[in-house]
Amino acid sequence: MSGGTYLGMPAFPKAAHEAVRDTTLRGNLRHATHTIRAKRATAVAELSDWAELREAGKQIKDHTLRNLDTYLVQLEESVTAAGGTVHWAVDADEANRIVTRLVKATGESEVVKVKSMATQEIGLNEALEAEGIDAYETDLAELIVQLGKDRPSHILVPAIHRNRGEIRDIFAREMGEWGRPAPEGLTDTPAELADAARLHLREKFLRAKVGVSGANFMVAETGTLVVVESEGNGRMCLTLPETLISVVGIEKIVPTWQDLEVFLQTLPRSSTAERMNPYTSTWTGTTDEDGPRDFHLVLIDNGRTDTLADEVGRQALRCIRCSACLNVCPVYERAGGHAYGSVYPGPIGAILSPQLRGTGSEIDASLPYASSLCGACYDVCPVAIDIPEVLVHLRERVVQGGPVTREGARVVVKPAKGHAAERAAMRAARWAFSHPGALRTGQRLASRTRRFHPRTLPGPGRAWSETRSLPVVPAEPFRDWWQRTHGGKDTAK
Amino acid sequence: MSSRDLILARVRRAIADVPRDDTPYEQAFERGYLREHGSRDAGRTVDLLAENLADYRALVHRCTAGELAATIARLLAERGSASVAVPTGLPPEWLAATDVTQVPDSAADTPAELDRVDSVVTACAVAVAETGTIVLDGSPDQGRRRITLVPDHHICVVRVPDQVVSSVPRGLERLDPLRPLTWISGPSATSDIELDRVEGVHGPRTLEVVLVSGE
Ligand code: SF4
Repeated sequence: MSGGTYLGMPAFPKAAHEAVRDTTLRGNLRHATHTIRAKRATAVAELSDWAELREAGKQIKDHTLRNLDTYLVQLEESVTAAGGTVHWAVDADEANRIVTRLVKATGESEVVKVKSMATQEIGLNEALEAEGIDAYETDLAELIVQLGKDRPSHILVPAIHRNRGEIRDIFAREMGEWGRPAPEGLTDTPAELADAARLHLREKFLRAKVGVSGANFMVAETGTLVVVESEGNGRMCLTLPETLISVVGIEKIVPTWQDLEVFLQTLPRSSTAERMNPYTSTWTGTTDEDGPRDFHLVLIDNGRTDTLADEVGRQALRCIRCSACLNVCPVYERAGGHAYGSVYPGPIGAILSPQLRGTGSEIDASLPYASSLCGACYDVCPVAIDIPEVLVHLRERVVQGGPVTREGARVVVKPAKGHAAERAAMRAARWAFSHPGALRTGQRLASRTRRFHPRTLPGPGRAWSETRSLPVVPAEPFRDWWQRTHGGKDTAK
Repeated sequence: MSSRDLILARVRRAIADVPRDDTPYEQAFERGYLREHGSRDAGRTVDLLAENLADYRALVHRCTAGELAATIARLLAERGSASVAVPTGLPPEWLAATDVTQVPDSAADTPAELDRVDSVVTACAVAVAETGTIVLDGSPDQGRRRITLVPDHHICVVRVPDQVVSSVPRGLERLDPLRPLTWISGPSATSDIELDRVEGVHGPRTLEVVLVSGE
């Protein structure tokens, strides 16, 4: 079962340390991220107005966030007018209670699910299971994760850490436990594996009475919800059941139907590097005799209003979950998604999770250090979230403390206890030093920007650097110098 | 306080630092991007649609209105289909040349019954050339959303050039958000296993698009 809370997760450096020793994981990740990265660049280059689309996407989202109360109320009105019912959930527990109650009211004890970050974030599957309701993940990768009793490690391709042999073994071993078993003599070709998933899930789709989804966008003006997908499992869950429950973060609003013209161009190209994903479904309330008769929209806060209250950090709420930032991140590429200890891995996870959950735990306090600050994530982000800026801002909060909003109230957090922050930073540094690739990227950047480096650290590191003099950044990283002067003798990568 | 009021109150407090911005939405930002990419005449736009559909592994066919019935009959025969789901408003002459069993779209049919149907033939609402996308809006000639989902073979008829637009912005202008929409770009596909693309997991594994001109 995919986990939502990741309790007891070790802090990032420790988890990353374990991940980088896993050569299968590293191989899979490297292949995947490099493949998507190259394709994405081509897909983006096809649109001559990419910069303008990115700017418009940023501004639409910023405008929406600045007027979020207005748009939430408008959305509620239009969804209700279209025949849907809107519910509001302050936190994960409340959202889970609402969904559980809605499912129970149908008399059913199983639901089919479309892949959704929001339901993973609140741990919905586990909450339903505790109430005797089986939640079946229907996205192929989520199915692999669920059957493997594993956790997703990438926003877009959650089973990216598994190779075909592992997937075959999981299917052969587990499918029978959940329903239709894998065919005899299943091989590890992707086509056969996909076919096994098709057969296994089809029996669930055809009998399902309740579907649970998230949404990529909600249009305030019309009450329309949008799900973007590839396999058709989303369409199955959105149209075959009698009851549809969509659980969506309050930040996923766009004001008007027209605004979709921006995001339906930038999301697929940033995400899967396609001109358009195979399937996009939109629905506005219910439609007579076409699709579910009952539609419920559960709007969740769960830390979003706290994030909104942070002047620097609120830009993370612009995120459209395309995952482009993961695929360019040198740290993610080596550490893998699990090391981030939340459903949001990679650069966006490093800024979103500590804001949604606060920086009280060791893992959350260490996440702002899970970066070389190379800036690649900002360059690819289709809504121009300045991830490095937010990372530095969060480091400052971890080290210095300061006023933040938690559960709607202004509180002042203390600097992380017993120099935990410094420890987190040092452990992150130690991790980087033992992983030359990540370090090299950071060093090159540091060399290039050398003349801007202060002798004491600004904001976040001041407390630490006050009593220490910072080493001067060399004009050329040692590794590069060695490479240049000893040409290729240093083959260690 | 209800959760609704609590969340709205938190939102208002969270954005209290932002000077209340009363700029109407229409003037709040500029849409500096293009309405469509490049300029093409109608014929080139249809060509681009065909190219992009094929690039995403849809099978593209062209014919005139007079040849449509024969084309559909041929595609169903080549596929070996025994039955075809038919939207209530599909022009009957489209299926005049085939003797495959016709299963009219009906709300009373269960998904399991639909699962036994081999093919489906529909019209579309609009097609987007730049992305190779056809959009269905549930009109009578397209039927309920599920009939283009459960059968494994979908034949979609696009009237060219009038149903074809250049770009996503032009497509959205033509669509009614109050209808349930399905945007289809190529057949169902997954890249979840080592990023190898495999067609067809849950949606139809074969998508055939017939571009029909004239009349
Ligand atoms: S932060 Fe930007 S690049 Fe990363 S997932 Fe979100 S929208 Fe995509």
